[in-house]
Amino acid sequence: MWWRSASFILDRQQEQNTNLPPNPESLLLSSPPPSMADSLQNPKPDISAYYQTRAAHHAVVTSDWLAQAQAAVSVQTNDDVSSGSDGRVAPTCGGTGGDNKTFSVIDEFNSWRKQPDLAEAVAAIRALAAVIRASQATTMMELEIELKKASDSLKAWDATSISLTAGCDLFMRYVTRTSALEYEDFNSARYRLIERAEKFGEISYKARRIIAMLSQDFIFDGCTILVHGFSRVVLEVLKTAAQNKKHFRVFCTEGRPDRTGLRLSNELAKLDVPVKLLIDSAVAYTMDEVDMVLVGADGVVESGGIINMMGTYQIALVSHSMNKPVYVAAESYKFARLYPLDQKDMGPALRTIDFGVPIPSKVEVEKSARDYTPPQYLTLLFTDLGVLTPSVVSDELIQLYL
Amino acid sequence: MDARRMSRAVPRVRQVGFFTPNTPVQQPRPQSAAPSSESPPLSDSPASNSLSPVMIPPPRHLSDNLGGRTAAVPVPGRENSGELPTVGSYNPSESVLWLDSPPRSRIGDEELSEGAESSLGWYRRSNSAKFASSLPSGGFNLSTVKHPESVAAVEAKNPLPGKSEAQKEQASSSKPLKAKTTKAERRALQESQRAAKAASKAEANKSGTAGGAPSSKPMKQPPLKKDGPPVASSIAASERIGVDRSVEKERKKDLPPPRKQFDDESRGGRAKRRSVLNQPEARNRVELFRHLPPHKNGTQLPYLQSKFFELQEKHPAVYKVGLQYLAGDLSGGNARCIAMLQAFQEAIRDYSTPPEKTLTRDLTSKIGGFVSFLIECRPLSMSMGNAIRFLKSRIARLPLTLSESEAKTTLCSDIERFINEKIVLADKVILRHAATKIRDGDVLLTYGSSCVVEMILLYAHELGKQFRVVVVDSHPMLEGQKLLRRLVVKGLSCIYTQLNAISYVMHEVTRVFLGASSIFSNGTVYSMVGTASVAMVAHAFRVPVLVCCEAYKFHERVQLDSICFNELGDPDAISKVPGRVDVNFLDNLTDKQKENLELLNLKYDATPSDYISVIVTDYGMIPPTSVPVIVREYRKEYLLI
Repeated sequence: MWWRSASFILDRQQEQNTNLPPNPESLLLSSPPPSMADSLQNPKPDISAYYQTRAAHHAVVTSDWLAQAQAAVSVQTNDDVSSGSDGRVAPTCGGTGGDNKTFSVIDEFNSWRKQPDLAEAVAAIRALAAVIRASQATTMMELEIELKKASDSLKAWDATSISLTAGCDLFMRYVTRTSALEYEDFNSARYRLIERAEKFGEISYKARRIIAMLSQDFIFDGCTILVHGFSRVVLEVLKTAAQNKKHFRVFCTEGRPDRTGLRLSNELAKLDVPVKLLIDSAVAYTMDEVDMVLVGADGVVESGGIINMMGTYQIALVSHSMNKPVYVAAESYKFARLYPLDQKDMGPALRTIDFGVPIPSKVEVEKSARDYTPPQYLTLLFTDLGVLTPSVVSDELIQLYL
Repeated sequence: MDARRMSRAVPRVRQVGFFTPNTPVQQPRPQSAAPSSESPPLSDSPASNSLSPVMIPPPRHLSDNLGGRTAAVPVPGRENSGELPTVGSYNPSESVLWLDSPPRSRIGDEELSEGAESSLGWYRRSNSAKFASSLPSGGFNLSTVKHPESVAAVEAKNPLPGKSEAQKEQASSSKPLKAKTTKAERRALQESQRAAKAASKAEANKSGTAGGAPSSKPMKQPPLKKDGPPVASSIAASERIGVDRSVEKERKKDLPPPRKQFDDESRGGRAKRRSVLNQPEARNRVELFRHLPPHKNGTQLPYLQSKFFELQEKHPAVYKVGLQYLAGDLSGGNARCIAMLQAFQEAIRDYSTPPEKTLTRDLTSKIGGFVSFLIECRPLSMSMGNAIRFLKSRIARLPLTLSESEAKTTLCSDIERFINEKIVLADKVILRHAATKIRDGDVLLTYGSSCVVEMILLYAHELGKQFRVVVVDSHPMLEGQKLLRRLVVKGLSCIYTQLNAISYVMHEVTRVFLGASSIFSNGTVYSMVGTASVAMVAHAFRVPVLVCCEAYKFHERVQLDSICFNELGDPDAISKVPGRVDVNFLDNLTDKQKENLELLNLKYDATPSDYISVIVTDYGMIPPTSVPVIVREYRKEYLLI
């Protein structure tokens, strides 16, 4: 780590050894330090499961890339070579505690998240629903405690996924705050919760449709849209625009290192939308042709800023300096009660990066998978709650969680 | 713009016209609208009404304004029917004006030959257009005025365009007039007024002929034009003087009471009479800040002590807190607020309802008395205002069925709960939120001494985080030293520096933690003076600024600068350095020299929300744009508590 203060560098040299690694948990405001976190630690704490899954779902995977990724993973975690795509191994090697339910939660979650069309938050909520189904609780209170444990362990399992955290919080809030549940007998309340969780997938799909409809007003004939990375919502928006016979073209960034941009360009080419691929570093070069920037979001935070795939921040900066609007398409279940103050103020979400050539071991590699774009660089957010300015996000969150 | 003009125009028209008191607003409105739409020049006069009260011009303009009015009115006067009743119905404020106005009408008499034309001209400016439109309807209020004949004649000469030039002339002529208004003259005016009344009555009878007049009018008096906005504005403003008294009173009911403006003669005088303390001399004070209450220093302590037994109605606990404010023993928003609430609690415990009074009303007025005493000692902070509002609403909402002792215990426990939930527990929540933003290796900068920030630093230290603190301080309070002492004792590693060095230390700082006295709805942070500069420097260095503030300090007011509302400190505190003879350069100034010196010791400043990264409050971490959301949600809850 690099400290600005010269005096600290001196200090650090002295206490090099005693320094503790930063605790990624300290960022999650809404969750108290999970008690089971230790026993259920993700086997590869330095690799973000969330971004692994994304890469698996959306990246254009070539054989050499796969080989390199495997190699990179094996270099880092010698003990766990096999885990190429996701953390399904977690339950088997992670837990020693006697609580069966927490295992099943993570298992369940992982089986859900393997479906490429299912959003992470939906997977989380489905997993929690499975907990309810499997639960032997006889009172609402017991059920709540069980759910709380399960959601804590889920959140602890992958602290880097904001939509997982937000999904868990959202469902827990529904369970604890819905007054309708209090007056029903336990079984019908339980049934209602499960039903709600099942419906959540639909809700998420519907949210995408709403966003696509809302954003049509912003896409005008002849415009050029710059997109970054692969986002289901953005794809939905563009698809709807194409169906509405709008004439527009799209610039896709490559989206290194998992090349999610290639995937998006493939999809758009199928729709006969004119697409141009850019390497990530060509953003500023092409910005004068661009009319708007449209990105998705991994998470929308309380300040109104977004957390998204690495590179979003610099695109936002470039477009801000060239006075181009930056639009964000994100479902409201991605709103999270987080407040990053700067880029380094989040738990690190790391991933493997292939450079195509071997990197000397002395060279450090920035492996962070995401960055934070502050609200002042965003123009509008397209959400299923409507088209919002960044400052409304906090309003919605306060109303939702307080 | 237009909308504003319209609404502004109402008070002005209201004065000009005479109408029955029970329909004050509606009647003038059509009139004001009509002229502005028909004759463009008019539009600037309503706009000029927007002058703030501070800018009220000297009274002399009053006379010309009124003169213009009286002279001009007659023209429409033929209009008759509506007028007679309205004459009698002036409301008090207008009648006051009326008495003053005679000089004008007299002028009309005497100088009509030369001056009247001009005055009429000006008058027409505002009304001529109206005549055409509103005459037929018969609702013309203005017509009530006196010399119909002469004025009408003159008016008739005025072509429409003549207005503005006329105004100007009017203005110039008005000055000498004003000088002349002696008692005798005034009496003369009154008489002429009376005559006018009679005349208007007569006119009313004649009214049948009125219809033809408007058309003939425009012919004569050729172009006296050119616009006279300054005149118009002065007129508008002067009109306000009279009218606003009554209007303001109505308005006051729904608006929160404005803070006392200490440069306002009339109010200041009243305040002085009521006050317990001597008002210090207002000498050597900076012009821009003259509206703020002057600082009262501890030297008045003995004086106040001597008056203890004269102030029966002040409860000793309240008295004690007041003295502590005055002496400066109690500082810090939370400490002051808690002390005040506890004193109220004690006062409520010792309270018994006097016979033939209800607890709700009597106690509210009692508390009001205490509050005004405390304000005497030191202006209230916003947070204290919020706490008082809470208490009063609790008192007002006491169920009538409660017995006195029950009511008292309910109130005491309410206060207790307010202190607990809104201050003590809120601070604990803030600690936990803020501590998540402190990482190992951080350098935290704080300014002055905020008790919340101090708790945060100590809490993070207890958690075992490795960080360093930069305490920035400034004269004359040097509160940072107190904080520094407590931090160093607890074993934190600190750097102490003055505000002057802020740009130097900022480059190695990773977080700035600031306290706040209050946060306004637009996200502006109102805090100890110097906070804004710290926040701005931090912003320039791209260092996140965290403002830690309990939600009960949020205020729904919007403030853009630190001039309107602020507090003045002791001016001597900045001109002298105690114990340093070598730097007391201002000591031996003569009185004459001191007249050239203005000392400004402001206590607070306003930091625009652009420089704030996050507000840490008991509802979590929120962006400054969400303050109104919290205020909105909080209001509901606070009534429910």
